[in-house]
Amino acid sequence: MSATGLTGRQATGLRARRTRRARSAVMVALTGVAAVCATLPLLFILWHLVSTGAGVLGLDFFTNTPRPAGENGGGMGNAIVGTLILVAIAAGIGLPVGVGAGLYLAERRGTRLANGVRFLSDVLNGLPSIVTGIFVWTLVVRPMGHFSALAGGIALGTMMIPMVARTTEEMLHLVPTSLREAALALGYPQWRASLSIVLRTASAGIVTGALIAVARVAGETAPLLFTAFGNQYWSTSPNQPIAALPLQIFAYAISPYDEWHRLAWAGALVLIALVLAISIVARLTTRGRFAGANGG
Amino acid sequence: MARLALESAAASSTIPVRSGGERESVNAALEERSLGDRIYRAAITLFALSIPLLLALVAWELLSAGWPTLRRFGVGFLTSSAWDPVAGDFGAAPAIYGTLASSAVALLLAVPLALGVSIFLSELAPRWLRQPVGFLVDLLAAIPSVVYGLWGIFVLLPLLRDPVIPFLRDTLGLGATPFFRGVAYGPSILAAGLILAIMVLPYIASVSREVLLAVPRTQREAALALGATKWEMVRGAVLPYAKSGIIGGVILGLGRALGETMAVTMLIGNRHDISASLLAPGYTMASLIANEFSEASSDAHLSALMAVGFVLFATTIVVNAIARLLVRRVARGGAVR
Repeated sequence: MSATGLTGRQATGLRARRTRRARSAVMVALTGVAAVCATLPLLFILWHLVSTGAGVLGLDFFTNTPRPAGENGGGMGNAIVGTLILVAIAAGIGLPVGVGAGLYLAERRGTRLANGVRFLSDVLNGLPSIVTGIFVWTLVVRPMGHFSALAGGIALGTMMIPMVARTTEEMLHLVPTSLREAALALGYPQWRASLSIVLRTASAGIVTGALIAVARVAGETAPLLFTAFGNQYWSTSPNQPIAALPLQIFAYAISPYDEWHRLAWAGALVLIALVLAISIVARLTTRGRFAGANGG
Repeated sequence: MARLALESAAASSTIPVRSGGERESVNAALEERSLGDRIYRAAITLFALSIPLLLALVAWELLSAGWPTLRRFGVGFLTSSAWDPVAGDFGAAPAIYGTLASSAVALLLAVPLALGVSIFLSELAPRWLRQPVGFLVDLLAAIPSVVYGLWGIFVLLPLLRDPVIPFLRDTLGLGATPFFRGVAYGPSILAAGLILAIMVLPYIASVSREVLLAVPRTQREAALALGATKWEMVRGAVLPYAKSGIIGGVILGLGRALGETMAVTMLIGNRHDISASLLAPGYTMASLIANEFSEASSDAHLSALMAVGFVLFATTIVVNAIARLLVRRVARGGAVR
């Protein structure tokens, strides 16, 4: 019997419990520290982008083309337009193929081919973007004999296919089977039940997925290096090399000129704003639809 | 016409008595319907097949373009560190080494952090904190690679040059190890590994978080009922259950790190050299292609770069396939239980 009225065994038990509690508290705190460390880089990057890039942004930046080294001013108007064109071409390729493949994955779920395609699309999703770049170079640029916006759009579109296919499939799964059955019972053919009932019901989610895919490819540089190539001048022709915001940022970032570095920061700020805006619109689309669905 | 007839028949609840001509038109409608269905089925099958086809096409194009190099140097291509476009002598060893080393640094830093974040967000954090922090970590994945590179050049490299590397090397005494020898210019495998760590962190964290959330509640409740502390619950009941899924997430992150191009190209220094020191500049397979592809003048040089591309392709495909299999097994196991 000790002075506190505990047996020796109870005392050790108490001590052990305290150390266990302490260890638990320490580990909980460490995971909290990890969370802080993980969010810090994001805040750092955003802060640097805004503080360095915002001062350079002006009307000139959005309307001008790049100036030669040594001259001040100049902008990335052509690169911004170029990125929009590239993304439009990419979406024109990636969306129909991706949604079509997603329809297949959802409707033929459980078949061996669907499982295989699903697995391979996940694998394709992890394909390094530079590999996509040189692949499209051999497939499009080399036969054509020159770089082009079309090649750049194909490279980005290729990257979109597996992303869109998988989100489409997931969204289609959320549609109750009874809807399709109702459509079939009313005499709809399979294809109309799929396209105008099931696909339409899932469209909000699919749009979100598509927008996220668009946001992801809009920031890609590596697949454009040897396809769209970049351009110092205004060009909107799909048959010509075209400027792109990420390409221009890359070229300026590794250049030796301070003025170009400042433009690179401004370009990065615009690119991030573009990407985040698309992502936020994507989130709002779904939220709005869901709210509507709940209300109705 | 035929569709109209079908729809009106479907819409009316009473079945009208049909003349022979009407019945024929219904039959025609049914036939048209099956034709439409066949076209639809064929179209989506074609779209679905485009994915494996694309993968096969990538493999074929890279292999055939890189074949002259692979045939000429054989396995030596992977182990030789020569890279002389003029003499036509190529070896990918420095690029392979740099790829592995920078990815290893990235995982070493990112895995504990990502695990910490995902455990914090799925088990320990107060409810109101989970979504905003999760959103911020996810946002890391939305930042384009080239922006990471830009930030790396102008913020990370100066930071590394001045307080960080001297601190690691001299104050902590890491200079005694071979990993921190030599002069630190800034662009280095360490810098590339650091930026890669930030870039792959959201991928590992989001997969781990999903896997952790898939662990059944009963698992946690049982541990707590036995008197486990929060951490003991995580270690003893949650992590073992989620283990293979988390490993899958880590391998997925590895796949990203191996193929990441722009940020690494901007920070690794781009030198054909194998050095044990992380402070030395190096090359990765992706950055080698990004840097030299547009300047490759001879067919041999181009073919060598294509061969590097094929090695990179094959590596990431294998890594990704393993990761997906691991993650899927967990997801499936969770669904069955």
